[in-house]
Amino acid sequence: MSGPILKVKNLNVKLENEEIIKDLSFEVREGDVLTVLGPNGAGKTVLLKTLLGVLPYQGEIEWQKEVKIGYVPQRLPFIKDTPMSVEEFFELKGASKKEIEKTLNSVGFKDNPALFQKGGIGELSSGQFQRILIAWALIGNPDVLLFDEPTTGIDISGEETIYTLLTKLKEKRNLTILLVTHDLSVVYKFSNYVICLNKCPICQGSPKQVLTPETLNKLYGAEVKFYEHHRH
Amino acid sequence: MDFQFFLSLICGIFIGGIAGYLGTLMLSKKMALVAGPLGHLTLPGIALALLYGFDVSLGAFPFVVLGVVLIWLFEMKTKLPMEALTAVVFASGVAIAFLFLPIEQAETALVGDITKVSLSEAVITVILCFLVFFIIKKIYPQMVLINISEDLAKIEKINVKKYNFFYLGAIAIIVALGVKMVGGLLTAALIAIPVCAARNLSKNLFQYVFLATSFGATSAFLGIMLFKFTGFPAGPLIIIISASIFLISMIFKKI
Repeated sequence: MSGPILKVKNLNVKLENEEIIKDLSFEVREGDVLTVLGPNGAGKTVLLKTLLGVLPYQGEIEWQKEVKIGYVPQRLPFIKDTPMSVEEFFELKGASKKEIEKTLNSVGFKDNPALFQKGGIGELSSGQFQRILIAWALIGNPDVLLFDEPTTGIDISGEETIYTLLTKLKEKRNLTILLVTHDLSVVYKFSNYVICLNKCPICQGSPKQVLTPETLNKLYGAEVKFYEHHRH
Repeated sequence: MDFQFFLSLICGIFIGGIAGYLGTLMLSKKMALVAGPLGHLTLPGIALALLYGFDVSLGAFPFVVLGVVLIWLFEMKTKLPMEALTAVVFASGVAIAFLFLPIEQAETALVGDITKVSLSEAVITVILCFLVFFIIKKIYPQMVLINISEDLAKIEKINVKKYNFFYLGAIAIIVALGVKMVGGLLTAALIAIPVCAARNLSKNLFQYVFLATSFGATSAFLGIMLFKFTGFPAGPLIIIISASIFLISMIFKKI
């Protein structure tokens, strides 16, 4: 195997004179599922955006050569300003009809109802919309998927299916996944490496090793809650 | 039908249609009402054109470019809200214009006059409309993506600054043409109203663009026809027709 897919060294991000991320270093290898865990406002989304090259930074971010990255944003509030069908949303990325259909199938839209050709993207439920965003990120067959807060606005059964889906996609497409969340259960169930972030990195390693009551306390303060695993 | 009237109809249909088309990109951003202040800012240019007897659009154009540069600077360099721009800079445009605008020609400056357009003006108008049409068509998917999320656009390796440049260029040309037809005061309405009506009725991008363009062109056509029969100024008539289409669209609005 050739080197890490992503190498980050001494990363510092400052936005409007506020230090958002301080001295962060880590590596991601092919097939990893890395979770960035932390409370709201800890700089998780900023980290993803910095890795994507959208925000200015100091330090080193080194992606493997010619690696293809897909990004699933947390939400797209402005999408409802423009009437658009699901198909047209995919065409913005230059996807062919065949590719759209195939990708939609792979995220669980088995049949291709008229909704996707003629109907508005604003009429989808939040669970459906999240699947659409995942499919959109998968257009062009990325090697790495960056995923911002998959659980936001989705009920527990919906959340369950998103992770089942991600597990399936990961195996099928040989994906490396970087995931941002504040949900501890997700970390245990799904990822093999975790970075605890609250502006400065607090801990990193495999979830079982590093997520001790002490580190969690440090990460979330007094509000720490353990989630029990639910098996359905 | 006399030739002069025919020319004004052609110009109207082209300017109205393209303004509607461009408007579909402007509504989905804080850019929606930028055309208004831009229209106001052109007034000193229009006043100069009327005073010295050259083409109104030609007089307006440098001022639109100035306005676009100001918007660009405001967007990129400061955190001031766009309203500040409207209040300070563009109101100044109106104020300055009235210092030397010949008062008997104030109507032309404020609400436009397409009915006296010459053959050469008409030819240039149609050429510019085609140019703007192809610019918009070329940048359309990228601009929609930028409107949805600039981050997403950047991640897709879209050069946001470059696309914004062409977008603002298209706005500048359409505003300069628009002030000739509906004047400095009503240009924002020329761009925004057909789009609002179209949005009420469309479920997807194709319908949206098709309807906005059609409503823009139809309003201009009917407005100029109505001028022929009533003698009221064409500019306000165009906007009134456009607003009527919007009201009708409210009835059929899809929920």
